[in-house]
Amino acid sequence: MQPFTTHTGNVAPLDRANVDTDQIIPKQFLKRIERTGFGQFLFFDWRFLPDGSADPAFELNQPIRQGASILLARRNFGCGSSREHAPWALDDYGFRAVIAPTFADIFFNNCFQNGMLPVKLDEADVDELFRRAAAAEAAGHPYRLTVDLRACEVRDDGGFTRSFAVDPFRRHCLLEGLDNIGLSLKHVDKIAVWEDAHGLAPLQGGEIG
Amino acid sequence: MPAPRTLLDKIWDDHLVCSPDGEQPLIYIDRHLVHEVTSAQAFEGLRVAGRRVRRPEATFATPDHNIPTTDRRLPIADPISKQQIDTLRSNCREFGVRLFDLGDADQGIVHVIGPELGITQPGMTIVCGDSHTATHGALGALAFGIGTSEVEHVLATQTLRQSKPKSFEVRVEGELHPGVTAKDLVLYLIGRLTTEGGTGYVIEYTGPCIRRLGMEERMTVCNMSIEAGARAGMIAPDQITFDYLRGRDLVPKDFDRAVAQWATLPSDAGARYDRSETFSGGDVVPQVTWGTNPAQVVGVDASVPDPASMADPSDRSSASRALEYMGLESGTPIAAIPIDRVFIGSCTNSRIEDLRAAASVVRGHTVSSRVRAMVVPGSGRVKRQAEAEGLDRVFTAAGFEWREAGCSMCLGMNPDTLAPGERCASTSNRNFEGRQGKGGRTHLVSPAMAAAAAVAGHFTDIRQWRYL
Repeated sequence: MQPFTTHTGNVAPLDRANVDTDQIIPKQFLKRIERTGFGQFLFFDWRFLPDGSADPAFELNQPIRQGASILLARRNFGCGSSREHAPWALDDYGFRAVIAPTFADIFFNNCFQNGMLPVKLDEADVDELFRRAAAAEAAGHPYRLTVDLRACEVRDDGGFTRSFAVDPFRRHCLLEGLDNIGLSLKHVDKIAVWEDAHGLAPLQGGEIG
Repeated sequence: MPAPRTLLDKIWDDHLVCSPDGEQPLIYIDRHLVHEVTSAQAFEGLRVAGRRVRRPEATFATPDHNIPTTDRRLPIADPISKQQIDTLRSNCREFGVRLFDLGDADQGIVHVIGPELGITQPGMTIVCGDSHTATHGALGALAFGIGTSEVEHVLATQTLRQSKPKSFEVRVEGELHPGVTAKDLVLYLIGRLTTEGGTGYVIEYTGPCIRRLGMEERMTVCNMSIEAGARAGMIAPDQITFDYLRGRDLVPKDFDRAVAQWATLPSDAGARYDRSETFSGGDVVPQVTWGTNPAQVVGVDASVPDPASMADPSDRSSASRALEYMGLESGTPIAAIPIDRVFIGSCTNSRIEDLRAAASVVRGHTVSSRVRAMVVPGSGRVKRQAEAEGLDRVFTAAGFEWREAGCSMCLGMNPDTLAPGERCASTSNRNFEGRQGKGGRTHLVSPAMAAAAAVAGHFTDIRQWRYL
């Protein structure tokens, strides 16, 4: 998994609450059997008009937001389905981090599995970031932020600095780009102990590793 | 004397494999349910890393999301769907996982066949790459949805990294009035809790109104817990649970011994929940969603709300947007809204009792000429039982299409979809924009309400229905 340490990039503000996974990646695109290639379908129904051309009204289609790598959203981001295709699509499109006041649980977990960082900040702080983004864009340039997982901080170069909380183990895995399954298999002896204590037959052919 | 524990505490404690310093705990997974949409990449990951499925006997697969609900002896028309289903088949064969395939008598929606076959049992941890895995909590299991990477982790290790969720007691006093169903109850609760009220929690439903529910009704309630943000919803097992499970295919051979053990699961008196809310079943009337998330819901006797009356600015803008998408005006009585399609099906409401309820509404009536209506039983077993009871003939005589088991029109991933602008009375669980088809307008209701709407051509209060 690609590590996440510190990322500085342009922000795409998506001023909507309750952005659900059906909008992030509509179901007709879940038929692929690969993990890659979902970026072209991100926010498909919002991004494209019925004739297939880009909808100029959609936030992410605005020229000033091209190349953005940090998504700024409102509460309950990623609600709905467990589809990991949602973070896959965001990642493949180019986003490395999503900042919102709250996230739906399953989407939140799925981000960490893919080296993407979901950052929870207070509503008031998210409001402030939307204001700063609007000001920057009004002045003709994208808004830029640094998301620093080492220091657990979000910063801009206009004096905004806020700490965010993140589970220490998840932080460690992201910083190091660790293989989650490999890490868990270090505990395979304890898994076998649990199975034995619960009356499960030992595995055929020894342990898997 | 150990501290009193909730059902969640008991299952958590029993399944904790290890909690190493500085790491998230590992919990053991008793049952892993698999379907075609979220497993291909997981099996591929195993293959690339040279790993096997640790416990094939704990893993059960079925195709449900992507499959047509018409004649399944014909090849699947969509080549990408076909590839995904073929991939599930070859993965199950390669990794030794039991597959209830198309053509198998017991194939069906994964959250219908689990309980039906006795795969789901009290006290178990159950996961699946699908958010409505919460359904299995109705039998007193800790059951929740996971993403594809976690599917791969469970396949490889039979465990999951989890931090213990917080517990939320949702207590429902009293009882449901006639015509008001478990579906109405859970829609009402979601309306009160909001789509993120349960985030971070596992909900345990308690109280006399919940105890009165039958097993299929409990599944409907637990199924939609995710729509309130809670990954899992649980109902402690009792005699209703044990009677439901007795005799099913995969329950323990020494069933009475299992029952004695399961009977120790309910939350102890005095057990502490992180949060508790109490509701009254008698407050619930038949519900209809008007918007584009399940919490945007009102009683059938009410009207489409006015966004200007909402206190929170973000609720106001969501509601305005929703009304525009749904083609609705504030103040329109719900019972005046005409519909184009009716879908009775999905893991929320496609079991035999749902079909009986819909059939009793429909019997002797005819589907409105403006409506195209379909019934999709949740599994091969449900379909056969419904046919043995003659329910299929009640539906087809009235003008419904009677289909094969699958997720169907709950999500427009298979051929069953809404055309843009079509308005549907649906017994499914999500009314997000485009869920049933791009531009499709979904209203969530109970099976009886959907059946009545099919006949009337518009939403109508089931409590005043003329049964023939």
